[in-house]
Amino acid sequence: MPHTIALAGNPNSGKTSIFNELTGSTQYVGNWPGVTVEKKEGYLKGDKRHVVVDLPGIYSLSPYTLEEVVTRDFLLDGKPDLIINVVDATNLERNLYLTTQLVETGIPVLIALNMMDILERNGDTIQVPLLSEALGCPIIETSAVSRAGLKDLVKTAVHMVDKAEGSGKVAKFSTPVEKALLQIEHLIDTLVPPDTLRWFTIKVFEHDERVMQRLNLSDQTAHQIATIIESVEKSMDDSAESLITNDRYEYLTGITAACHKKARKMGTLSTSDKIDRIVTNRWLALPIFFAVMWGVYFIAIQSVGDLFIGWIEWFFGDLIGANIALGLEAIGTSAWLVGLVVDGIIAGVGSVLTFVPQMMILFFFLALMEDCGYMARVAFIMDRIFRKFGLSGKSFIPMLIGTGCSVPAIMASRTIENQRDRRMTVMLTPFIPCGAKLPVFALLVGAFFPNSAWIASSMYLVGILAVIVSGIVLKKTKAFAGDPAPFVMELPSYHMPRMKGVVIHMWDRGKQFIKKAGTIIAVASAAIWILQSSSWSFQLVDTQDSILASIGRLIAPIFTPLGFGSWEVAVATITGLLAKETIVATFGIVLGLGNVAEGDPTLLASVGAFFNPISAYSFMIFTLFAAPCAAAIGATRREMQSAKWTWAAILFQTGVAYTAALVVYQVGMLLFGRGL
Amino acid sequence: MNLGEARPGEMVTVRKVGGEGATMRRIMDMGITKGCKVIVRKVAPLGDPIEITVRGYELSLRKSEASNILVEA
Repeated sequence: MPHTIALAGNPNSGKTSIFNELTGSTQYVGNWPGVTVEKKEGYLKGDKRHVVVDLPGIYSLSPYTLEEVVTRDFLLDGKPDLIINVVDATNLERNLYLTTQLVETGIPVLIALNMMDILERNGDTIQVPLLSEALGCPIIETSAVSRAGLKDLVKTAVHMVDKAEGSGKVAKFSTPVEKALLQIEHLIDTLVPPDTLRWFTIKVFEHDERVMQRLNLSDQTAHQIATIIESVEKSMDDSAESLITNDRYEYLTGITAACHKKARKMGTLSTSDKIDRIVTNRWLALPIFFAVMWGVYFIAIQSVGDLFIGWIEWFFGDLIGANIALGLEAIGTSAWLVGLVVDGIIAGVGSVLTFVPQMMILFFFLALMEDCGYMARVAFIMDRIFRKFGLSGKSFIPMLIGTGCSVPAIMASRTIENQRDRRMTVMLTPFIPCGAKLPVFALLVGAFFPNSAWIASSMYLVGILAVIVSGIVLKKTKAFAGDPAPFVMELPSYHMPRMKGVVIHMWDRGKQFIKKAGTIIAVASAAIWILQSSSWSFQLVDTQDSILASIGRLIAPIFTPLGFGSWEVAVATITGLLAKETIVATFGIVLGLGNVAEGDPTLLASVGAFFNPISAYSFMIFTLFAAPCAAAIGATRREMQSAKWTWAAILFQTGVAYTAALVVYQVGMLLFGRGL
Repeated sequence: MNLGEARPGEMVTVRKVGGEGATMRRIMDMGITKGCKVIVRKVAPLGDPIEITVRGYELSLRKSEASNILVEA
């Protein structure tokens, strides 16, 4: 059994960089059981005896956030042999606040005092031996950027694990609190292991619900404890929880005052403050923000990203597809198998992979914005607007990316810590019209509204409106109800982004998508191809005699109230699940025109058979809202980490689509139907 | 006075952190505790949230949350 080293620390303490340096290429990303919190693990570089587990970035071990609960449970039940606590030297007090809580779990703690180079550049000093003595923990000075101290860190960690050295010094609270803690200790000391006694005692004193449940105290003991706490709370005129927090910070102020010298007085401006004065300035903040967003969007989706799309289409269609077709035919493969492989799987996977370059570029910029500290400011600037409809400032980024493709948009919701906000963002992001829906709109606008430019743009307006209305309505439901999540957010100092970290971050996100394309999408593409090209007796037939067509005939009546009850349109909605742009291709195929583009004049004329202007608009609305494509559903599944929530999202989106299209068609026919 | 009423540039001392549960704990965990000094930096372009300096770092919180923090100049 390898030994386990847990890596703990505040967000923005440089923990992830240290983890990357310690584990090298051995790391793998998963999720903590049952929750969407990311779990990263890896062996120490070149050492299979020690596993490093990267715990979520947290500020405290309170019972209120998922990340903190996951960390607590792991420290108590996962029994790591050592905690490496990454501490940002430039933000000492708040970082050590977590350290004091880690020490209380009874697990040996080794402190990696990170960002020492920045501290020195600021002209500040920390007397490390003094600090180490006060905390009772060994301290190694590190800088993940210049890799200083990392070898020492590993050596000390391995040494501490082997020796199983004891834990650090616990924080001392004020006398009345310590007296109460001692009384509680005597009441619960038979219930918990001796080395975790201090931790449990403090948690009991804080009324920690989770710990109380876990201890399952007898009524008598619970009552005794309640009396002890009450009397302290009364005499000190404060709640137990805030007494502990206050004393903890007080204790730390005492320590840092002795060993931490700051060159800069409180209230004077650092370089980071000066940058921030401009970037979040009352008048400049919004213009700068929109300029940055437009720039990212332009590079990733429009110019550079779009260039790559052409290449990938060429690569999969003309190069791989065509040559494999030739090869298969040459060795005498039957026509249906060639069709399945080339038109089904390769075309399907190819159409999804075309988004990879756009996504990679987007993820690169997002990682860059996160790493340099701008992302927190985006949330700061946008929070006011998004809070109005139940989302947070961080929901803006996914919505923006959603105008390109819902898949990276849904994945970008990762940066939203609050689970409720994240789920709602994942659910609503596909309402923003993505690039793949545009050909569908173009086709129908071309056929029915050739002279109205506003019909296509109205889709964006309708989409945004749907996000706002859904947000307000969903907030009233049980699943999303409750007070808004606290928006108490650190605004980290700006710093130069670290290229290596940014690239690792980008790749972490991107590779998951590529993996999905190779599995789910490949299978789904093959399945739809078989359905649309074979009969129930598995003979190769034209689309109108296929299994898909008969399914289309079966479900078509569902769409009659929406104004498009023909089997051809029903089939197009089904294939639209694979990728929205296939709706256009499906019309081409079922009309016997082959694979045509949305501007084709014969197609424009023939589509007229299925719709009138009102049902055409109703169909556009349905396409805009209905369950997104397979790739986006896959991304939803991944971000929700729950089949139940994925289905809820699909049903909600399809429900909105159906209702909105129904209203558009029925009301439209009432108002304008007579002339048609 | 509460922290939500303090003006940008003002330095205040925390007297009491009110409110309850997750929000109160979060505010205190971030270092806003009795007796500590806080500088109000700025208000976001749309009027909310606000940015403060506490224990040497920058923190943003909504005015509704800041109104639970009693301070004096």
